[in-house]
Amino acid sequence: MFTNFSLVHIQVLLNGLLWTVILSMISFVFGGLVGFALALGGISKNRAVAGLVNAYISLVQGTPVLILMFVIYFGLPIVGIEVSSLVAASVAMVIFSSAFLGTIWRASLQSVARTQWEAADCLALSGWQRMGLVVLPQAVRIATPPTVGFMVQIVKNTSLASVIGMAEVTYIAKQVNASTFQPFTTYLVIALFYFAICFPLSVLSRRFERIYSVSRR
Amino acid sequence: MSAVVKFENVHMSYGAVQVLKGINLEIEKGQVVALIGRSGSGKSTALRCVDRLEKINDGEIWACGHRLTNPNLDLRALRQDVGIVFQSYNLFPHLTVEQNITLAPRWVKKMERTAARKLAEEVLEQVGLAEKIDSYPEQLSGGQQQRVAIARSLAMKPKMMLFDEVTSALDPELTGEVLKVMEDLAANGMTMLLVTHEMAFAERVADRVVFMHQGRIREEGPSSILTNPATPELKSFVGSHH
Repeated sequence: MFTNFSLVHIQVLLNGLLWTVILSMISFVFGGLVGFALALGGISKNRAVAGLVNAYISLVQGTPVLILMFVIYFGLPIVGIEVSSLVAASVAMVIFSSAFLGTIWRASLQSVARTQWEAADCLALSGWQRMGLVVLPQAVRIATPPTVGFMVQIVKNTSLASVIGMAEVTYIAKQVNASTFQPFTTYLVIALFYFAICFPLSVLSRRFERIYSVSRR
Repeated sequence: MSAVVKFENVHMSYGAVQVLKGINLEIEKGQVVALIGRSGSGKSTALRCVDRLEKINDGEIWACGHRLTNPNLDLRALRQDVGIVFQSYNLFPHLTVEQNITLAPRWVKKMERTAARKLAEEVLEQVGLAEKIDSYPEQLSGGQQQRVAIARSLAMKPKMMLFDEVTSALDPELTGEVLKVMEDLAANGMTMLLVTHEMAFAERVADRVVFMHQGRIREEGPSSILTNPATPELKSFVGSHH
């Protein structure tokens, strides 16, 4: 009654991996957009805006992503909003990523010396020119290693979406395991899948760190 | 108004700490005025007020025709008229010397790329660093970086320049090359307000020396006041510098 673990299963798992990658990309791109807005809001002189950003970040960082997914997937239907597991997982992951990317980028912007902002002001640059030409290029160098490092967290956290039934690689693995009853092989294979994505990202992050610590350029 | 800069009973405080307690000062076109005094006397704050890097609490300041307390002050216009050079150079580390110099001319004054490059060559020539146009700041010595910072300011064709302790972060053997550039500027008629600890330089170049003490101007006059101080405070200050 059990089938043997075979190439077909690998193929099915790879299909699941595709969804893992898609969910990761959604998390990073949209989490990044929201996170960038948060970073700008976080350094705003407007205290109300900066305070709101702080509250949002603290709230999200103090909540498990899994619980966020539960709240959205099981909670929203109660108020009449039905969401698919893909949408629920995406929204939860975007919220999670935005809070962390927001913190990383806010800190990067703040670590560009005040005197650089001042020098830009004194050359009569506008606020947007100061941000785009002077502050951001320096902040990007500071932000790149931790940002790439955080992408690893995003990829690994997408596995939580399996709990609300999204057919990403961990969910597929559970099904493959149910039909083959070879948990060791099955989960080892997807562990390798995750590793194959995350390890290069870690290496890249460390490489950026080295490049930017050797030279400020 | 004939004065390029005018302070009228200027008061300024950081919270409860009063930094400027009623400053009156005028700088005419082409004049070089040196602000001297102990640290904490308010001289750097006074200088930074001219570029509106600090806001004053009371009194009036005019700079190059702009009234700085005007609520509708055009800050960017003010800062095109007033150039400033800082103690810590503040060059942009991610840009080459040329890009540092041409950034504002190109983005603020919408200058063409080739014209901007030519301008960069001109101002670099003026500070004696023409061959460094394609270098990055980190490849330059402190003195060279400071000269590039001066060139960057000059590229905006300011009507006057502020120098905030521009040689204080430099090794003694590097201060000379920066002071030389400033002396050339002064000789070419640039209106300058400078905060400095280089007494010999102030004495040689400044048309007027202003000695600040505890947030007030304690003594001012031609540079000869440095050799013949009238007040005991300036006497003791000058004494500590010899």
